[in-house]
Amino acid sequence: MNKNNSTKKLALTGGAAAAEALKQIEPEVMPIYPITPQTPIIETYAKFQADGEVDTEMIKVESEHSAMSAAIGASSAGARVVTATSSQGLALMHEVLYIASGTRLPILMIISARALGAPINIHGDHSDVMGCRDSGWLQIFCENAQEVYDKTIIGMKLAEKVNLPVMVIMDGFNTSHSVENLEVLETAMVKDFVGERTAITPLLDTKNPVSYGPVALQNSYFEFKIDQEQATNDAAAEYQKIAQAYQEISGRRYGFFETYHTKDAERIMVLTGSATGTAKVVVDKLRAKGEKVGLVKIELFRPFLHQELSAILKNAQEIIVLDRAQSIGTTPPFYTEIVNSLYQIGEIKKIKSFVYGLGGRDIFQAQIEDVFMGKFKDKYIK
Amino acid sequence: MNKELAKHFFSGHSACAGCAFPAIVRAVLGEASCEVVVANATGCLEVTSSLYPYTAWKTPWIHNAFENAAATISGVERAYEIMKRKKRLPGGDKKIKFVAFGGDGGTYDIGLQSLSGALERGHNFLYVLYDNEGYMNTGNQRSSATPYGAATETTPSGRASFGKTELRKNLMDIVAAHHIPYLAQANVAYLADLKKKAQKALAVEGPSFLTVFSPCTNNWKFPTSQYVAIAKLATETNFWPLYEIENGKYKITSEPKNVKPLTDFLKTQGRFKHLFSEKNKPVLERMQQITNEEFARLVSLTEK
Repeated sequence: MNKNNSTKKLALTGGAAAAEALKQIEPEVMPIYPITPQTPIIETYAKFQADGEVDTEMIKVESEHSAMSAAIGASSAGARVVTATSSQGLALMHEVLYIASGTRLPILMIISARALGAPINIHGDHSDVMGCRDSGWLQIFCENAQEVYDKTIIGMKLAEKVNLPVMVIMDGFNTSHSVENLEVLETAMVKDFVGERTAITPLLDTKNPVSYGPVALQNSYFEFKIDQEQATNDAAAEYQKIAQAYQEISGRRYGFFETYHTKDAERIMVLTGSATGTAKVVVDKLRAKGEKVGLVKIELFRPFLHQELSAILKNAQEIIVLDRAQSIGTTPPFYTEIVNSLYQIGEIKKIKSFVYGLGGRDIFQAQIEDVFMGKFKDKYIK
Repeated sequence: MNKELAKHFFSGHSACAGCAFPAIVRAVLGEASCEVVVANATGCLEVTSSLYPYTAWKTPWIHNAFENAAATISGVERAYEIMKRKKRLPGGDKKIKFVAFGGDGGTYDIGLQSLSGALERGHNFLYVLYDNEGYMNTGNQRSSATPYGAATETTPSGRASFGKTELRKNLMDIVAAHHIPYLAQANVAYLADLKKKAQKALAVEGPSFLTVFSPCTNNWKFPTSQYVAIAKLATETNFWPLYEIENGKYKITSEPKNVKPLTDFLKTQGRFKHLFSEKNKPVLERMQQITNEEFARLVSLTEK
C-alpha cells in the first residue's frame, strides 16, 4: 500500500541514489575521501553543496583513516555525520571502525562494495564489508538503486535511534554505476522521517564536560563490550520498526530477509546484493517448469537474525548459499552463518556453498540455473 | 590544589612524579580566554588522565586513537561550525577553541599525515606536541624525535652500537611548510615564554602549533626532582632553542647568554651515559657539532 501520493520517478545510478537520499537528509558533517567505485557519491554531493542545495561541512580529508577519525570527532561533538567508502579505504579505516562502534556513535557510511588487493582490482565483490563483519557496525545490504535510496534513509534513522554506526552496502559498479528507475520521496517527508539528531552527551556541551574514549582495563572493559553486543542485538527490533514506518510512507517493504517463493520451496538459494535480481529471474523460469525453488535475500547482515532465517529455511530439503567473498582458511561468510542458523534449531540439512563474482566477475542466469539443478559441481561459479 | 591552575586538568591523574606534561597542559590551557575542547592522541597523557571510571579532565575531552588526534579535532571543529550556524550548539551559542595534545610518537611519526592534513585544511585548532623524544608510554623506544646518540630499548648501546645513529627530524620546519600563521618551540622550564606562546597560538583563527620540551624521568633516567633543571640545561646548551615562526618570520625568543657545553645536558641523563667512554668520544663531538650547526642555521633563518 502506498500512502504517498507525492513520489517522483528518477533514473539514477546506485551512487546517485545514495547522494539523492543524503541531499534530503542533509547531514551536518561529511568527511570525504575518494575511492573507486564510491567516488560518484561524494562528487554528486559536493555539487549539491556547490550549488547551494545543501548546508553540510564537507571535510576533504587526506585518507580514509582520517575520514573515519573526523567522523568520530564530529559525531562525538553531537552532529549528524555521514561518510562513504569502498575496498582499500574501508580496510584502512578498520582500526577506527571499532572505535566508532565501541563509542556508540551513530555514523552512517555508504559502501560501494569492492574487491580487496592483492592483486588490486576495482570491481565489485563483498570482501571489503566481510572484512569488518565483526567490527560492531550494523550492516544493511541493497539489491538495487531503489534499495540504496530507501536504506540510506532507514540507515540514518536507525543509527541515531540505537546509537550505533551503520553501513549501507551496494555492489560496486553492478549497483553503484548502473542506472535504474526509482521512486524518491519528497524532501520534506524524508526530513520529517529522519528528524534531527539529539546526542545524549555531546562533546560540545562545555557546561557538562565529558571524557570520550577513556582507558578501560580489566575491571570494566569486559562490561563495555557486553553492553555493546546487547545494544547491537537490540538494534534488530528497532530496524524492523523503522522499516515498517518507512513502508507506511513509501509503500516499500524491507525486513531482515526478503523471501521469494520460499513457502513451498524444496531448494532455497541464499544470497544478497545485485545478483539477487538475476537469481529471481531464474527462480521464475524454473517455477514455470514446475521446479519448487525459492530464494532468500539477506538484507540485515549485522546483527544476523538466526531464528528468523532458520524459520524460513526449515522446510526446504536443500539450501544453496552464494557468497561473493571468501573467508580464506575456512568456509565463506554467509555459508558459515547459515550452518549456524540451522544447527541452532537442530536441523541437519544439505547445504551447498558456492563463491561467485570475485573481483567483478559476472554471474549469469545459466550458471544460477545449473546451480539450482545440481549440475554445477565446482565450488567457484566463475 | 590551585583551582584556577587546575580548571581544565585536575588532580588525580596518574602521571609519574616528576613528569613534565601536567605543567605543560595547565600552562597552555590556562591561557585560553574562551571554552576549550581537547583531543588527545594515545600516549602517556591520555592513559594517565582517563582511567575509567575516573577522569582528570574538567573540560570536554576526546581520545580516539594514536595517529588521528588532528583528524579527530577536525571533525569536532567542523561540527561546532555547522551546529553554531544552525543554532544547534548544545548548551547554546558560545566561542570554543580546539586544542589537540600528542606526544612525539603520535606527532612526528604515526600521526604526521593526520596532522599535515588538518594543518593544510586550515581548521581552527592549536596542536600541542609534548616532546619527550621517544615512545615513553610503551617503555622507551626510539622515535624520529629521538636525538642522535641516545640509547633506547630499540637503539640500545652495546659493543657494536652507540645508540641512535640518525638525526632527529626537524618537525618545526615541516609544520612551517604548511604556511600556518603561528608556530613555536617552547620548554616546560620556561613557563613565562611558554604561556606567551600559548596565548599567541590560541589567538590565531586557524591552525597553530607548539612543540614543548617535556623531559621523561623514567626513560631519560634522571631523578624525579630534576625535570625542570634538565629542561633548562637543554636550552642553555642550545640543544633546544626557544623560538617562534610568526607569519613565516623566525624569531629566537630567549637566547642563553653563555652557552654551556652540550655535555652539561647529556651527563644528567642515563640515556646518554654510554657516550662518556673513551670509545664514544667522537659521538659526543659529533653531537656538539650537530647542535652548533642546527643553532647556526636557526640564527641564519631569523636574519632573513
